[in-house]
Amino acid sequence: MTSLSRDDVAKLAGLARIEMSDEELVSLSNEFTVILDAVARVQEVAGADVVATSHPLPLRNVFRPDVVIPSLSPAEALSGAPAQEEQRFRVPQILGEE
Amino acid sequence: MSLTYEEVVAKYEPVLGLEVHVELNTNSKMFCGCSTIFGAEPNTQTCPVCLALPGALPTVNERAIESTIKIGLALNCSIAPFSRFARKNYFYPDMPKNFQISQYDEPICVNGYVDVEIETDEGPKVFRIEVERVHMEEDTGKSLHVGGATGRIHGAEYSLLDYNRAGIPLVEIVTKIVPGTGKYAPEVAKAYVAELRDILRSLGVSDVKMEQGSLRCDANVSLRLIGSDVLGTRSETKNVNSLRSVERAIRGEMIRHAERLNSGERVKQETRHFQEDTGLTRSGRSKEQAEDYRYFPEPDLVPVAPDAAWIEQLRAALPERPSIHRKRLQEQWAVPDKEMSAMINADVLDVVEATVALGADPAKARSWWLGEISRIANERDVAIKDLSISATDVAEIVALVNAGELTDKLARQVVEGVIAGEGRPSAIIAARGIKVVNDDSALMAAIERACAGQPETAQKVRDGHLPAAGALIGMVMKDTKGQADAAKVRALLLAHLGQSEG
Amino acid sequence: MIRNSASEMASKLASGEVTSVALTQAHLDQISAVDKDVHAFLHVDTEGALSQAAAVDAKRKSGEKLSRLAGVPLALKDVMTQKGIPTTCGSKILEGWRPPYDSTVVTNLKKNGIVILGKTNMDEFAMGSSTENSAYGPTHNPWDLTRIPGGSGGGSAAALAAFEAPLAIGTDTGGSIRQPAAVTGTVGVKPTYGGVSRYGLVAFSSSLDQAGPCARTVLDAALLHEAIAGYDPKDSTSINAPVPAVVVAAKAGNVKGMKIGVVKELNGDGYQKGVRTRFEESLELLAAAGAEIVEVSAPNFEYALAAYYLIAPSECSSNLARFDAMRYGLRVGDNDGASAESVMNLTREVGFGREVKRRIILGTYALSSGYYDAYYGSAQKVRTLITQDFNKAFEKADVLVSPTCPTTAFKIGEKTNDPLAMYLNDIATIPVNMAGIGGMSLPSGVAGEDGLPVGFQIMSPVMKDDRMYSVGASLEAALLSKWGAPLLSTIPALAGSK
Repeated sequence: MTSLSRDDVAKLAGLARIEMSDEELVSLSNEFTVILDAVARVQEVAGADVVATSHPLPLRNVFRPDVVIPSLSPAEALSGAPAQEEQRFRVPQILGEE
Repeated sequence: MSLTYEEVVAKYEPVLGLEVHVELNTNSKMFCGCSTIFGAEPNTQTCPVCLALPGALPTVNERAIESTIKIGLALNCSIAPFSRFARKNYFYPDMPKNFQISQYDEPICVNGYVDVEIETDEGPKVFRIEVERVHMEEDTGKSLHVGGATGRIHGAEYSLLDYNRAGIPLVEIVTKIVPGTGKYAPEVAKAYVAELRDILRSLGVSDVKMEQGSLRCDANVSLRLIGSDVLGTRSETKNVNSLRSVERAIRGEMIRHAERLNSGERVKQETRHFQEDTGLTRSGRSKEQAEDYRYFPEPDLVPVAPDAAWIEQLRAALPERPSIHRKRLQEQWAVPDKEMSAMINADVLDVVEATVALGADPAKARSWWLGEISRIANERDVAIKDLSISATDVAEIVALVNAGELTDKLARQVVEGVIAGEGRPSAIIAARGIKVVNDDSALMAAIERACAGQPETAQKVRDGHLPAAGALIGMVMKDTKGQADAAKVRALLLAHLGQSEG
Repeated sequence: MIRNSASEMASKLASGEVTSVALTQAHLDQISAVDKDVHAFLHVDTEGALSQAAAVDAKRKSGEKLSRLAGVPLALKDVMTQKGIPTTCGSKILEGWRPPYDSTVVTNLKKNGIVILGKTNMDEFAMGSSTENSAYGPTHNPWDLTRIPGGSGGGSAAALAAFEAPLAIGTDTGGSIRQPAAVTGTVGVKPTYGGVSRYGLVAFSSSLDQAGPCARTVLDAALLHEAIAGYDPKDSTSINAPVPAVVVAAKAGNVKGMKIGVVKELNGDGYQKGVRTRFEESLELLAAAGAEIVEVSAPNFEYALAAYYLIAPSECSSNLARFDAMRYGLRVGDNDGASAESVMNLTREVGFGREVKRRIILGTYALSSGYYDAYYGSAQKVRTLITQDFNKAFEKADVLVSPTCPTTAFKIGEKTNDPLAMYLNDIATIPVNMAGIGGMSLPSGVAGEDGLPVGFQIMSPVMKDDRMYSVGASLEAALLSKWGAPLLSTIPALAGSK
């Protein structure tokens, strides 16, 4: 039986950038115990001899020519921006590396 | 406890690993049709795909694939018969999808090498740098940090994002670990990046401008005690934006690691940033808690499986290796090693070659580019390439000097004129009224004036004291504003005073 | 007029019996009358629809050659971008966002002169089987307003059943077109993966998502299928081949000599009695029409649900990362001194609903280092096994069939606290997405015990979509002659309905 602790869920929520209340972390952790049991069934038949399918179609080498096509206008590009300044997207201060 | 470099290499062996990112010079971005022109107004080269608007899908630029295969072939790699794009998942505001389309366990080129030759105490020596992989990915947008004291990210109040660069094709070239370079590690690394740059330029796949960021190097350095086969903890230095910085950064990191190790401290596995001004590195994000990138095959793109015929066609069209090409030129031109290095270091080899191809004598071509033109570039603190003078101009000037229509001194005036943007050499000669004074009567008048002005000197010459002629020749040259041919003046003067060259 | 099929409407438009403006207005009136109860629409573009209709009428008047469906109205699932029209995907995080570009499906609709009435409700980011996961409130099943209309495309299916639109666009990742069709007594088709462009379809699970037609008849679905399908260079996974001749197949409706494979594993235990009865009856009708019924086995289908609930969440955890409050959509917590990271965290907390968060976290886990092989990797292997099962089955049969869902529509609220029970709704539809083949659901009558519609699912091999239309049209004709009138003519009248 696989399970995820509250702290495991908190770590995943951090990776996924979702703030979560303690209550939500606990309830998700409970749900995952059930869900993971159900989905872990895939391991029953996934032998080493079976190849993985990441894509339903056997397509290869789909390319486009290196040709410039018109971009959006800056007004269109920025039309959904929660905040903008000097024709740029304005975002809160970025912490971390340069 | 401060150590010298000599003390460091006496005790430790450096192990390098180099990751070079190259922006390809395709017309359009890696996964969409937006233009890649450098320096455009912010957010004018964006579309639903590179802004990661909901619903948009990537499509692969064929020329980017072709360029990457060319790079792989030039670096002696195997081209994978099957490779895939993968998503590298992490959140960062300059990356619109919050994943980067990259390649993970199935890169397009693997297992190559680059040989670089450097001067050692025992003479020239070749070091082989093994290339682990060459893969494709996309660049991020650019952020401008506003507020705060330094204009840097730390202390900024907010940031402004321009996504013009987001999605520009990048090729990442990753070496295997490079042991065995000893005290030459910094020079080997520099030579490797220089060689890569030359190869990439000869392939025509990138602008390879380190200062504009189209070629960027991350240097991994670790130390181990000489004789040990256990790898030390490495640091990764980013932002190394010139060849000289590659050398300085590695040398600096070697010293920093050794100082820590000697004083019993651990080297932290971390990302560091190179500071051009101090030559030191500054700690960045600690990698102790490694990001979990959750790579998985990019479901919006299909695998790349280049057929053998395409690969062979690209292989057949590869240009001569720059280092081999250089050796061939050196032999053809009969240039000593020192001069050859001078041309390479000044980055004028290509233009000298072009000048020679236009008919100029190699020695003359070289002396113009390395001499007068380099001097002007230095004076103005710009790159020679950014001066508005071309191989065609220099070839024309050399031809005019050979034909006796310009003196060296006049030719320098023409070079200045070309660089000042006054036009082609012929136009400048016409506009400035530059011409060699060949008119004997005008010269004779000047010679007579000179002799009349310095009768005692003239007498010395008449008496056979030839070195005294120099002063009179100088006066004539001054009188004719340098437009006379000094050799001719000398001949006429001596004849006038009843002498001739012994 | 609004109870006609789309092809009947098209004929009346072509003959001049009715104008597109009048037809569009009639549907807008119906929406005004019933949508307060049904809540199929999130946005009604009254002005835009009428002006598109007027443009078609003007072209027709000038004698311009128009495509078959020109002037017929349609409801668009809110997961497709349409330039300038709000596109929310049923999520708070995209509230108010107006895309600056058209999806390829919308481009094709516009090219065909099809009038877009508005955007339909859906489970948030297409994650759900009941439309209860919409941030804007559930859609109600027109057969019984206390019941779910299926999901995620419950809005599109309900709009058809409530005569608010004769055609609709859905998207199907694990059954989001077919299951709503089944529980609302309508027709829904998931074309072969790559048959219809995904450009502008806001991605849930890229390797499974497929847009397709929703309609009240098999022929209408075929007409819409032809209008939206075809190669698109903007979608690298689009198939560069001619669209299967689905309209020809739907018109002929011929199953003589066809082998129809009944999938043993998609029936029996867990399937409601009335569902099984209707299924058996449909098989008899198809046999009577000249088809040969054979049984096939797909032993790995029992792992399909588990694999789906790893693959889809994994891909969605990555696809939905772009909703980060930086470039568009909701932004929460941007106070003095707040960091980009905290704004992202808070926005995603508030902007995403519970099911979306659950799947993002599950997917993040399944892809994380150390667990990838056990979860995502294994799920991809199951995908291979399922495709192999289909390939073997298609050696024995031209199409495969099953009930579309195990049960008829359940009550709103009945399964919201039991994710696993909810996931079981898709048990028969998911294998189709895993293999990228075509699937259709059409009404096969109502269950005796509750009087609610039951769907019949037809599955056809990659790019043989015409086969499911042949079988669907044949069964539809047989049922119609049995009933004497379409199933939807028996739907209880909604208050205010025309």
